[in-house]
Parts: sequence; structure tokens; C-alpha cells
Amino acid sequence: MMHVGLNHFLFLAAALFSIGVIGVLTRRNALVIFMCIELMINAANLAFIAFSYYLADITGQGFVFMSMVVAASEVAVGLAIILALFRNKESVNVDDIRIMKW
Amino acid sequence: MEPAGLHNLHLIPWLGWIPLLPLLGFLFNGLGWIVLRERLSRPVVNLVAVGVVFGSFALSLNAFLCLLNLPPGDSLGFTAFSWIKAGDFTANFGLLFDRLSCVMCLVVTGVGGLIHLYSVGYMGRDPAYARYFSYLNLFTFAMLTLVMADNLALMFVGWEGVGLCSYLLIGFWYEDPEKASAGKKAFIVNRIGDFGFLIGIFTIVWLMGTVDFNRMQAWVANVDHRFLLQHQTLLGIGLATFICLALFVGAIGKSAQIPLYVWLPDAMAGPTPVSALIHAATMVTAGVYMIGRLNFLYLQSETALIVVSLVGVGTALYSATIGFTQNDIKKVLAYSTVSQLGFMFTAMGVAAFSAGIFHLVTHAFFKALLFLGAGSVIHGLSGEQDLRRMGGLRQKLPITCWTMVMAWLAICGIIPFAGFVSKDEILWRALNATSGLGKLICIIGFLAALGTAVYMTRLMVLAFFSESRMDHEKEPHAHESPWTMWVPLALLAVLSVFGGFLNWPVSLGGGAYFEHWLEPVMPAPPEAGMSILGVESTQGVEMGLMVFSVLMAALVMAVVYWIYAKRREVTDQVAEKLGPLYRASFNKYWVDEIYDALIVEPCKWISYFILFRLADAGIVDGLANGLAGLTRAAGMGLRRFQSGRVQNYAFSFVIGVLAILLYFWLR
Repeated sequence: MMHVGLNHFLFLAAALFSIGVIGVLTRRNALVIFMCIELMINAANLAFIAFSYYLADITGQGFVFMSMVVAASEVAVGLAIILALFRNKESVNVDDIRIMKW
Repeated sequence: MEPAGLHNLHLIPWLGWIPLLPLLGFLFNGLGWIVLRERLSRPVVNLVAVGVVFGSFALSLNAFLCLLNLPPGDSLGFTAFSWIKAGDFTANFGLLFDRLSCVMCLVVTGVGGLIHLYSVGYMGRDPAYARYFSYLNLFTFAMLTLVMADNLALMFVGWEGVGLCSYLLIGFWYEDPEKASAGKKAFIVNRIGDFGFLIGIFTIVWLMGTVDFNRMQAWVANVDHRFLLQHQTLLGIGLATFICLALFVGAIGKSAQIPLYVWLPDAMAGPTPVSALIHAATMVTAGVYMIGRLNFLYLQSETALIVVSLVGVGTALYSATIGFTQNDIKKVLAYSTVSQLGFMFTAMGVAAFSAGIFHLVTHAFFKALLFLGAGSVIHGLSGEQDLRRMGGLRQKLPITCWTMVMAWLAICGIIPFAGFVSKDEILWRALNATSGLGKLICIIGFLAALGTAVYMTRLMVLAFFSESRMDHEKEPHAHESPWTMWVPLALLAVLSVFGGFLNWPVSLGGGAYFEHWLEPVMPAPPEAGMSILGVESTQGVEMGLMVFSVLMAALVMAVVYWIYAKRREVTDQVAEKLGPLYRASFNKYWVDEIYDALIVEPCKWISYFILFRLADAGIVDGLANGLAGLTRAAGMGLRRFQSGRVQNYAFSFVIGVLAILLYFWLR
């Protein structure tokens, strides 16, 4: 059986992050984009935890708590924005929401 | 000669009041005009404006009496404050009242006071009365600063001040664009001269490190310095010559000599008392005064003196010939002034400084009188200036007529009137001149003097002694002027008659007091033992010259009088015979047109096409507008990136992050 090391966690985190990035760039549904952002945050959290474990340093875990609190607040605000958008535009497609331009 | 610095300078604080009084008058009337406009009471304006000048005159007289009680070389002085201090260089707001300044102050305040008084009558109906008198007082202040300054820098302040007032007063009736542009012409032509004057001052500062007259004189008195002045060259000419000629360019502009005289005839657009005060008696003589003041410097350069005398005598003859044919009474007098100033410079150029200053004084008397008389005629004829529409004014304006006759005899050089003494003195000194050109200068000057007799006699006959040619509706209204106008005329007439006795020549049994009075300031010209026409005695030659010139002048006056009074048709025949010459004189040798074509138009062309269209509109505006356009174009391009699609932004962000990662990875 293969030993699971730091690099595995980091690759997993990188993969998750990349999936999140690609999702943010390619999907048109605001909710999906939002979920992809969550994915990216959690990829970072995963990297924190991994380093914390392998470096035997509790600071990383503290950061993750912090990050989760911020993510929770962000979810509250973000969902509220998406809700407000839907009420105004009858759509959560980001291609329809592009009035903030030159 | 001893430098003046060795003499005592007596500090007298009240000296400052001489220029300060007119300045206060200017402030009072000027502020009054700004605040109250036409509501400012005329008697108050009169009292202040005329009072301050006569106050200055009284103080000048008092200072003159102080000088009389002092040893010859002593002078009065007063330093108001330190004006410029830069390293070793200092220039004070300091006044110097020596014998030369004294003469000038008395002329400026005395003749000036009379002209102020005359203006009360002449300008009585002008709405901008207070403005007129405030300018006139400001002029008096500037002129007094000019003649009382103890250094060249302060003198230049006065020099510019009188130029400004001249501009303001020529264009006094600025609603008339022609008059306004005459003012501008005077100012601009003077600028050209002032450029040379400034170069001269800068050279003096560079060379001597001082602008104080006494210290300059002490500097020049040093043998080594004199050697330097004469043997060091600057731009290929001797240092002394360079400085003197640069300063002389200023004098040419201010005192209307060839080639910068063109502004003075146009300056007649101003009110007539202004022509009398500024453009005859005082301001235009500033150049002569400047050379007189710096005579110690001019004596270092024979070349410069020759140039001065040639320009002077050339101008004297040249402008006299223009005076022959002008029909505007003031234009005749203007060219006459240019001509007489030429005589003064001739005297300066042959190192007869006191003779030049004396002609300045007598000219101030009789030319102010002529201008004021002309003003009285214009006033009496409700604005008529054309000699062809005058005539027979002897009956209508008797006082004006007979006072002007005195000035006429004086300017023509009839014994014993003032002009005779001063003009013959100049011709005599020219004949005596050491430069070798003396005889030529004397002959040209003599011709110019005869020319003076011609144009003045013509003017007098056409205006006063021939039959009336006035417009019929104007004729009954012709009237003598009020007392404020004829009293100055009478006083100036007295001065024109008796002024010559101030410097009555030794050869006629006089004492040449004026010359002796100025001797501490300006050395007497060398008395050469003359021998011309086989006559050994100097006095004999001088007497002969006097008799000859008086007889010739009288003869010319008689002939011209007879022609204009009895045989006017002869003048037309002469004009026809001398066709081109007549037209040249009548059109003032087309100098204005030539300047216009050679200088003014190219200047305008360069200003418009090169400076305005190319440099200003093209390069300067082009740079500013180009930068703005570039920024705008860049913004137009860049704003395309702000698509409003949030994923585009995210994509750029990711690209950026990847680029940074790539950079660290490849490093």
C-alpha cells in the first residue's frame, strides 16, 4: 500500500483549486460559479490542514477556522446578492448581468 | 577734473518731498477718479494737481538757494531706502540734487507747473478730468525721479515711468483707435531704445559693479580703468564706445532721434498740454540729460561722441525739412521738436555739454510756449488743427499771437531772444570741436537753423498774419483763451525773451553764468585758438558767426514771411518745380511706410505665422492637445477591457496569477 504523504494532499488541493477555477471561468450560472468559489476556498483549507499536520504546527488549523468563518459570511452576502439579482433580472445567468461596463 | 565723489554731499531729508508731492497728487486724483468718477469736484482736482507741482517747484527753488550758498562742487542728497542689494551690488532709492539736477528740476516743476495751470483751462470740459491730472502728476513724479536719481537703475525707473505716462497721455482719448494706437507706437518704439539702454546699464554693472553716478565717476577717474575702457573691446568695439552707444540707443528712442523719431509726430494725438509738457519740454529731453549726467563716460569715447553729434545734427536738418510741408500745426511743432533735440545732441556730441543743457532749458521755454500757443489756437477754433483753415488769428487771439511771436523769434535765433544764445553757442562749439568733423557739423547745423526759420515763419504767417481762411460757421466763435491759459503763455514768453541772459556769451559782454554754474558737473568744452578765414581772434570769429547767423535767419524769415503773406502762389510753384522733393517732405520721406514694410509687416508676419500659428498653435498647443489626445486614445482602447462580464475579469486575473507562477518557476 502506497504511503500517503504531503504531496498527495497538495496535488489533491491543487486539483480541487483548478477545478474550481475552471468552473468559475466557464460556467454561466451564478450559483454554480459561487459553488466553484467555495471549492477553491476549501482547496486552500485542505492545503492549510495538510501543512499543519506535516509541519506539526497548529497555526494552519487556526487559519482554516478563520477561513471557514469568512467563507460562511461570504456565503450569506453572496447568496443575498444573487437573490437580489434574480428578483431584478429574473435570471442568474452572468451573461445577462453585464450592465457595469464602459 | 576732480571726481564729484570728493565733494561734500549734504543730506537733506525734505529733498524727498520734491518728487513725493506729485506722487501724492497722483494718488489723490487717481483714487478720487476711481471712486467718485465725474463727481470729484473740479476745483479740488485743480487745487491738488496744480498745487503739488508748484509745491515741488517751491521746494526746488529752496534747494537751489541752498546750493547757491554751498561751494561749487557740493550737492544735496537724500537716500530714502536701500532698494536693491545683491552681493556687492547696491542701488538705493537715492536722490541727488547737484547743479545739473537743479536745472532739470526747476525746468520740470516750473515749466511743468505752468502747463498744469494751462491744462485747467484747456481740459476744462473733458469728462475724465481727474484721470488727466492724475496722469500728469504721475508724469511729474517720474520725471523728477529720472532727473534726481543718484544712480542709473533708479534713473531707469523714472525713464520707464515717463514712458508709461507718455503712453497713457497720448492715448488719453482712447475711444479713438487712432489715438490709442499712437500711444502704443510711442511705447513700442521706446521699448526698442530701452533695450539698448538696459544693455548699457548691464555692461556698466558688469564692468564697474556699481550704478551710482558718483562711484561711476570715481571709477572712471582711475587711470587703469580708463585704459581698460579705451583698449578693451567688446563685440569688436571699444568698451567705452560700446557702453556709450548702447545708452545712446536709449536716448535715441526717448528723445526721438533718427531712426527712432517716428513716434513723436504721432504722439501729437494726445492733448496739447501733454505735447507741450512731455513731448517738447521735459520727457523727450531725458536722453540729453542722460548724456549730460554721464558726460564723464562719454568723454572716454571719441567715437561715441562723433556718432552722437552726427545723429543729432542729421536729425536736426532732416526733420526741419519735413516741417516745411506739414499742414497740421502740431505736426510742424513736433518735427520742430525733433529738430531742436537734434541740436541738443549735436552739442552733447561736440562735448559742449552745458551748451546742450542750456538749449534744453531755452527750448523748454519757447517750445512749451509754442505748443501751448498752438493749443490756445486749437481751443479757440474748437478743435481746428489744419494751418490751411486758419489765418488772421492776430485779431481774434491777440495774447496768443504776440506770445507766440516771442517764441517764434526765440526759436529762429534772433538776438537777444533765448534761442539765439543757446543755438549759436552750439554752432560755435561745433565749429570748435576737436573731432575734425566740426566744420561739417557746424554747416549742417546752420542749415538746420535756417530750416527752423523757414517752417516757423510759415506756421506763424499761415496761422496769425495772413487773411482768414477759417470755416464760416467756426469763424465767429474764435475766441481768446481764459486766464489760466494765457497767464502761462505770458510767463513763458517772458522766459523765452529773457532766458538767454542766463548764459549771455562772454563775447557779447555777458558772464556765461549758466556754463559756469554747470562746470562742477560737466567740464567746459576746450577753448581752441581758432583761425578761420584768416581771423586770429577767437572772439572775433564767434562774433562773426553770430552776426552772420542772425542776419541769415532774419533774411530767411523776411523772405518766407513775404512769400506766405503776399505771394502764396509762389509756394505752389516751388512745390511743383521741386515735385519729388516736395512729395518726399510732405510724406515724411515715407519713413513710416518703409518701417511698416521692412519691420512692422515682417514682424506681424513672423508673429502671426511663425510665433502664433507654428510655435504657439502648432507646437505648444500641439503638445498639450497631443498629450490629451494620446491619453484619450489610450483610454478609448483600454476601456474595451471593461466588458461588464465578470468572468472576463476573473480570466485576466487567472492569467496574471499563472504568469507570476511561471515567472517564479522559470527563475
